[in-house]
Amino acid sequence: MAEGITDLDMNSFDEAISSSDTPVLVDFWAEWCGPCKMIAPILEEIASEEEGIKIAKVNVDDSPDLARRYEIMSIPALIVFENGEPAKKLIGAKPKGALLEEIGEFL
Amino acid sequence: MNDIRDVIIIGSGPAGLTAAIYAARANMAPLVVEGEPSSTSDQPGGQLMLTTDVENFPGFPEGIMGPELMTNFRSQATRFGAEFITKKVTRVDFTQRPFQVWTGEDRYVARTVIVSTGAQSLMLGLPNEEQLLGHGLSTCATCDGFFFRDQDIAVVGGGDSAVEEATFLTRFASKVYLIHRRDQLRASKIMRDRAFANPKLEILWNCQVVEIQGEGKLSGVILEDSITHEQKPLAVQGLFIAIGHRPNTDLFRDHLTLKDNGYLVTEPDSSKTEIAGVFACGDVQDDYYRQAVTAAGSGCMAAIDAERWLEEQSD
Repeated sequence: MAEGITDLDMNSFDEAISSSDTPVLVDFWAEWCGPCKMIAPILEEIASEEEGIKIAKVNVDDSPDLARRYEIMSIPALIVFENGEPAKKLIGAKPKGALLEEIGEFL
Repeated sequence: MNDIRDVIIIGSGPAGLTAAIYAARANMAPLVVEGEPSSTSDQPGGQLMLTTDVENFPGFPEGIMGPELMTNFRSQATRFGAEFITKKVTRVDFTQRPFQVWTGEDRYVARTVIVSTGAQSLMLGLPNEEQLLGHGLSTCATCDGFFFRDQDIAVVGGGDSAVEEATFLTRFASKVYLIHRRDQLRASKIMRDRAFANPKLEILWNCQVVEIQGEGKLSGVILEDSITHEQKPLAVQGLFIAIGHRPNTDLFRDHLTLKDNGYLVTEPDSSKTEIAGVFACGDVQDDYYRQAVTAAGSGCMAAIDAERWLEEQSD
């Protein structure tokens, strides 16, 4: 049974990322971002279909420090963390097929 | 998959979704091919997904955010039974009935088609543009304005959307330059007055961006004065582009007549194209009004035109 999407903030982020034994895809998003809304259902699907990667989200309104730490200038921004370190950054909304292709190496 | 539907709607902005609401309520069980997520080109929900406050859509006295408005449109269509697929149409065949529409390998068939693919933002077409997109260069003020708090940024354009974006961005940025190639704005009077009165907004008249600078991250632009051709640098950390739109009509080039500017031709006071049973609405066929509310209105026309046309066929 695959997991759902975890909400992370400044308090929970470091622990969740460093303790994960699989890569974690973090979706930096906000309520006011249209393209973020478009990819939300796609990430839900990937979360329930893919066992090899965890999916988490960070609301940039609530956690601006995390957005700053990872130099985010545009959302949606997806960062894949591997062994606690950012390994890949994807910017902008993409269709599911294209997104799976981009994160294929981590699945 | 090969069931013959009453109507397929291609596109899901205000026009397509209004057509979906009306067609669904007329028991036509519309299939909406809504497009694929993208931050740069056309996308489900249309151009309003990339905009901020919509203040001129009737029924929202305090205004509403573009993405929220479009989410509402979609929920309303879903409520009456419209079906959605989140894919992009890759090919159409309008030469025989029923009409055929493909999304990659998948084929859908319908007695009528409503084309509402809208328009997408033009880019400047400068080298560097693609690399710096998302790294200081943006086509979506609502998505990215937040990240430019207390920085100096610029907006390129002079129409309503450029002025609206520039005004919106002054909420975050310490300074917003509006770069416009002419000596007056095309934007409506209320937007112009708001821009002129905004102390954080400075309009750079008769200027064009000829170069975007930055390694990995945008650091500035080179402007050229359109009269003197003098060039000068402008240091900004963000650049937002709102220079206009082009209609998404490439798919239909071989099937429907396009105007010289690429927009679809419809019969006067109607959504009919020259192919009986194929209708068009919204920005894809409107190079003049281009408003959410006119797009919605024309979407309603297209659904009613399609419904009546189907009735005539069955008589």
